[in-house]
Amino acid sequence: MSGDDRDNSTPPKHGLAGRPPEERPHPEGRRTSQGIRIDPEAEAEPRVRQAVVSALVENEPGVLSRVSGLFSRRQFNIESLTVGPTTVEGNARITLVVEETEPGIEQVKKQLAKLKPVMSVGELDDDAVRAELVLMKVHGDEPDKVHAITQMYDGQTLDAGPRTITVQITGNQSKIDDAIDAFRQFGIIEIARTGQTALARGATPTTPGEEPAPEGTIADEPQKPRTPAQHSDD
Amino acid sequence: MSEHAPPTQESEASTGKSTPTQVTDGSTAIVRALENAGVEHAFGVQGGAIMPVYDALWDSEITHITMAHEQGASHAADAYGVVSGTPGVCLATSGPGATNLVTGIADASMDSDAMIALTGQVPSHMVGSDAFQETDTTGVTAPITKHNYFASDSDTVGKTVGEAFALSETGRPGPTLVDLPKDVSFGETDRDPGEPTPPPGSTPTPAADSAAVDAAVAAIERAERPLCLFGGGVIKAEACEAARTFIHEYDIPAVTTMPGIGTVPEDDELCLSWAGMHGTGYANMAITHTDCLIAVGTRFDDRLTGGIETFAPEAEVIHIDIDPAEISKNIHADYPLIGDAATVLEQVHDAIETPPATREWVEQCSAWKDDYPMDYQTPEDEPLRPEFVVEAFDEATGDDTIVTTGVGQHQMWASQYWTYKEPRTWVSSHGLGTMGYGLPAAIGARFAADDSQDVICFDGDGSFLMTMQELSVAVRENLDITVAILNNEYIGMVRQWQDAFFEGRHMASEYNWMPEFDKMAEAFGAKGWRVDDYDEVADAIEGALEYDGPSVIDFHIDPRANVYPMVPSGGANGKFALTEEQL
Repeated sequence: MSGDDRDNSTPPKHGLAGRPPEERPHPEGRRTSQGIRIDPEAEAEPRVRQAVVSALVENEPGVLSRVSGLFSRRQFNIESLTVGPTTVEGNARITLVVEETEPGIEQVKKQLAKLKPVMSVGELDDDAVRAELVLMKVHGDEPDKVHAITQMYDGQTLDAGPRTITVQITGNQSKIDDAIDAFRQFGIIEIARTGQTALARGATPTTPGEEPAPEGTIADEPQKPRTPAQHSDD
Repeated sequence: MSEHAPPTQESEASTGKSTPTQVTDGSTAIVRALENAGVEHAFGVQGGAIMPVYDALWDSEITHITMAHEQGASHAADAYGVVSGTPGVCLATSGPGATNLVTGIADASMDSDAMIALTGQVPSHMVGSDAFQETDTTGVTAPITKHNYFASDSDTVGKTVGEAFALSETGRPGPTLVDLPKDVSFGETDRDPGEPTPPPGSTPTPAADSAAVDAAVAAIERAERPLCLFGGGVIKAEACEAARTFIHEYDIPAVTTMPGIGTVPEDDELCLSWAGMHGTGYANMAITHTDCLIAVGTRFDDRLTGGIETFAPEAEVIHIDIDPAEISKNIHADYPLIGDAATVLEQVHDAIETPPATREWVEQCSAWKDDYPMDYQTPEDEPLRPEFVVEAFDEATGDDTIVTTGVGQHQMWASQYWTYKEPRTWVSSHGLGTMGYGLPAAIGARFAADDSQDVICFDGDGSFLMTMQELSVAVRENLDITVAILNNEYIGMVRQWQDAFFEGRHMASEYNWMPEFDKMAEAFGAKGWRVDDYDEVADAIEGALEYDGPSVIDFHIDPRANVYPMVPSGGANGKFALTEEQL
């Protein structure tokens, strides 16, 4: 491969001596955009999938902005993010739904784990317990029908008045999607979705090494009595 | 010094903390934390919200170097850390002081340099009110620090500063910052911050998984064309000896990244210098044709890889890194080895039973050195060649000389034509590419270096203009540094790209006029030279090196000189251009 018959002693005035690019041997192999070496003949498109990632964090000021900042600056596709305290004082769980290629999902987990307030990161299996909550405010012209559909989705009516009815539905993502479709007939005025939150099924810890709060030290969870539906929009 | 310590002068000199600061308030706790961490120098600029901390420095043994601009303080601290191997310290006040540090913090972050920044902040009760000189410093710097802290309590602020210091050098190094509201600095406390301790869970395991090591070793053993790629992480992990032992034991050629310059002596037979956009032809040929790339402490930056699709296309990749997030981030690692560079290199070294047969491959790499020499012409009747200036300096100075640079063409020439032999002698801005890094970095490096080491800053005219006010610091502190400006009256690298890719339209890259830097240096109180011809080079260099203080040589070089080889952005390393026509 060496240019033994070339005279390299006189470089050009501007530039260097040597064999030009097209005369150099170059291997056939190549990599995907993910940097994975592939068969020169094969085509490989990275497949995107949805992953639910749970992060156990120290609930210190700014932790949410550190996590969301990480997602925006590294251009990770995030579908939803939920956050709330755990049973251990000072800890919180962040549940993220991300849509990425396989290497992208690995990057999400590893970059999250590097943040100092993040104690543990885990990806949930497909059989994990997942739930989401949606609040929908619809037109109140057909209260009976709204009530019936709310019942069909195991939902609750939180607010009812002459002009609007607000209902709450909980469940997995597809149930929520279906419910929203079903309520469209009444005209949805406003909607608020929480995004998915999730726990691993059975005895498996949701994030590796996670310990429950010791007996008797469980942090007080605010257990306010449900406020009776009060009307506010007229 | 405590009453019980032996009052010998020797121990005072060796510990450097003969009279630790007495903790009476937040500020003295902060300074005491730095003393406990062994800090000897700090770089900064005074200002309202940081005044209590500065007042505490009055009684401390820590030497503070007042810089002209906070950006200079952050670069000086960064370079101090690079040369000394211990985190550099910089200080600034709130608002503009803190935002002026940002470039240097981002620079340290991109190059994984250990550094701690302490910023003043408005008093706690005024935070969020848009008070005078208030900036959300932790918000601004969150993406460019390893972690940052907002101090909220005088009792714990010292411990927090110690933690930030320790965290910056733990595992993969990086800059940390502590924002210090004025009331927290002023608040009374007598709590000693203790020894600096990194936060729990931040100290990685040094050794790699042994099954993973065995798998990687099998790949090395069956390789025909193995190649080591040493990044800046090798130097940070103090793994250069392990790296040198490894390549010589098994006759494996080595290339480096730019931050990895100095891991292996560049005149070593097995060393092919650095690879990437302006790396040597032979390094780029080797990386193109290797079948087993042993990459250590590198994050596969795009300036190294060129196009991902064509990077080391035949190589199985073994990636040794302390940061799991770097594994398969840019280049998929067939054999990831997570751990400390020195420890893992030794694990791999010890596990190899049947060394790969590399003789032909080593000969091929040597042949490429002859095929693509880093050579240039020096016709007497033509303007001065920058490569000649760099080589002349290299010849006139010792192997331990520290070179700092700005960013641009001069940086490439300084890295290509100087033969680096030791780690921590090449100090530059790699990932961020910060023009103006060179002079403040030379100041920081001077404080970290031995007196016997020369410190040379190669700078461009454009780069030098960005931070040249720091020359006032070099004069005030009488620092023995030499600035060599490779002056072509252009933003040269931009001009080179405009010639190659923008039809020669020199938009905003052409100065046509530059201050007379030699006279400007004299006005600052430094020594100045101007050099236009080959026969003046040696005398000016000799004069500047002999002068015991800051000197500036303004070399007027050939304005047409360009940097080659060049792998165009996203191109294949093996198809580097040797002339503009080949781009």
